Amino acid sequence: MKNFLILGAGTAGTMMANKLRKELSIDEWNITIVDQFKTHYYQPGFLFIPFGIYKKEDVIKPKSDFLPIGVNVVYSKIDKIVPEENKVLLDEGQVLKYDYLLIATGTKTSPEEVEGLKGSQWNKSVFDFYTIEGSVALAEFFKSWKGGKLVVNVAELPYKCPVAPLEFVFLADAFFTERGMRDKVDITLATPLPGAFTKPKATKLLGGLLEEKNIKIIPDYNISSLDNEKKTIVDYGGTEIPFDVLVTVPTNKGDDMIERSGMGDDLNFIPTDKHTLKAENYDNIFVLGDASNIPTSKAGSVAHFAGEILMENILCEIEGRPMTASFDGHANCYIVTGHGKGTLIDFNYTTEPLPGNFPMPGIGPFGLLQITRMNYYGKMLFRWIYWHVLLKGKEMPISANMTMAGKKL
Amino acid sequence: MAQKQFAGVTVDVNDEGYFTNSSQWTVDVAKAVAQEEGLQLTDTHLAVLDYIRKSVEGGAALTIRSMGKCGIVDVKGFYGLFPGAPLKKATKIAGVPKPTSCI
Repeated sequence: MKNFLILGAGTAGTMMANKLRKELSIDEWNITIVDQFKTHYYQPGFLFIPFGIYKKEDVIKPKSDFLPIGVNVVYSKIDKIVPEENKVLLDEGQVLKYDYLLIATGTKTSPEEVEGLKGSQWNKSVFDFYTIEGSVALAEFFKSWKGGKLVVNVAELPYKCPVAPLEFVFLADAFFTERGMRDKVDITLATPLPGAFTKPKATKLLGGLLEEKNIKIIPDYNISSLDNEKKTIVDYGGTEIPFDVLVTVPTNKGDDMIERSGMGDDLNFIPTDKHTLKAENYDNIFVLGDASNIPTSKAGSVAHFAGEILMENILCEIEGRPMTASFDGHANCYIVTGHGKGTLIDFNYTTEPLPGNFPMPGIGPFGLLQITRMNYYGKMLFRWIYWHVLLKGKEMPISANMTMAGKKL
Repeated sequence: MAQKQFAGVTVDVNDEGYFTNSSQWTVDVAKAVAQEEGLQLTDTHLAVLDYIRKSVEGGAALTIRSMGKCGIVDVKGFYGLFPGAPLKKATKIAGVPKPTSCI
């Protein structure tokens, strides 16, 4: 029997466990998946919790609901990978050997990377919405907040779901407008990006929306520290921003286990071939999802598209053929813009988000770089698709690589 | 494609002023580009520019954070050398493409 080992049972690991069990003969291949936690979080839902749109119970389910029969599940912390010996050491001394390894340990927030960020104001007036604890604490805070300066800050690049901070400020604008206190809330987004987004067409639309909603943006802002007494943040350029409530997107890093294994870059992301999805320095290790360093969005949609390519390449590799599938960096993001509307962007390594219709040219039903109610339904419908289609590794009627059909140059 | 004169040398640049052909770069050219950005290059500047050129040649994606670990300056020092938006300014003067933010 040969062993296929998956580290991480999040979005990427779970969908690959399902795909692999379907493709690999049960008589020849053991498939094992390791994760330290038993709960699966629907992370795109964290964004909605501070505004009372979702509650905690809307975004959690047991991981075991999504893992197929015929896959060994090990709930344990991982000590490290020993790639030279094709083995993984778990906590408590257990050793797992592998013929092929898939690393899908994702990314996590590391607020301790910025001086003062996780200080006395943490979860009092400084919150994050990338963890369940942070988004729930922020929901409580907003219930009784009387208004003031709301500052949203992205600590550094890259970070998971690059449009989420924009969605957060759009939702905040709508939330405080609906409560009749928008005039008492000053909203600022301070980001290391040069604008609302990196690419011209999307930046124009999203930047225009910020202006229309009276949300101030401070671009090229690289936070250096937070002063818990004064309640200010300061960046390396010396720009100080006072806040009454700070919503932070802390530095994102790969798992500490990657560092212990000596396999990551300075943020613990694993150097990965952006087309084949194989780890750059190893012949029998693949990387899927946020754990890799491929230059596209860290997002579930990317893991899904890349997963289809990866499945093909794993089969090529196992059968001794050259890897024929090539990932193009395809990302697809629904962006809520507030008041029950949203927009949609679809792009890859080389093509910026363009206007048009998706997925059917001329028909849609979704509008690319257009603000529509249908796009918002798409976003809300996605939770159902996530639990029932995406995690189960089922096919969706959208091609893995990006298509130009329906896009206007 | 646009062209620009720096220290008597004609270089190819994109619409944001970044070099499209890194091999057209020389120290004198860099000094002229820096002057346009309002900077006088010191030896420390040149050491940082050299680090940037070598890193980009080696395929590394530069970030403010990685610059802080270059061994020449820390992040604050990097801001001191190239005030405002240091990575954008430094890459422009180093004659390499503007760093792409991966989103």
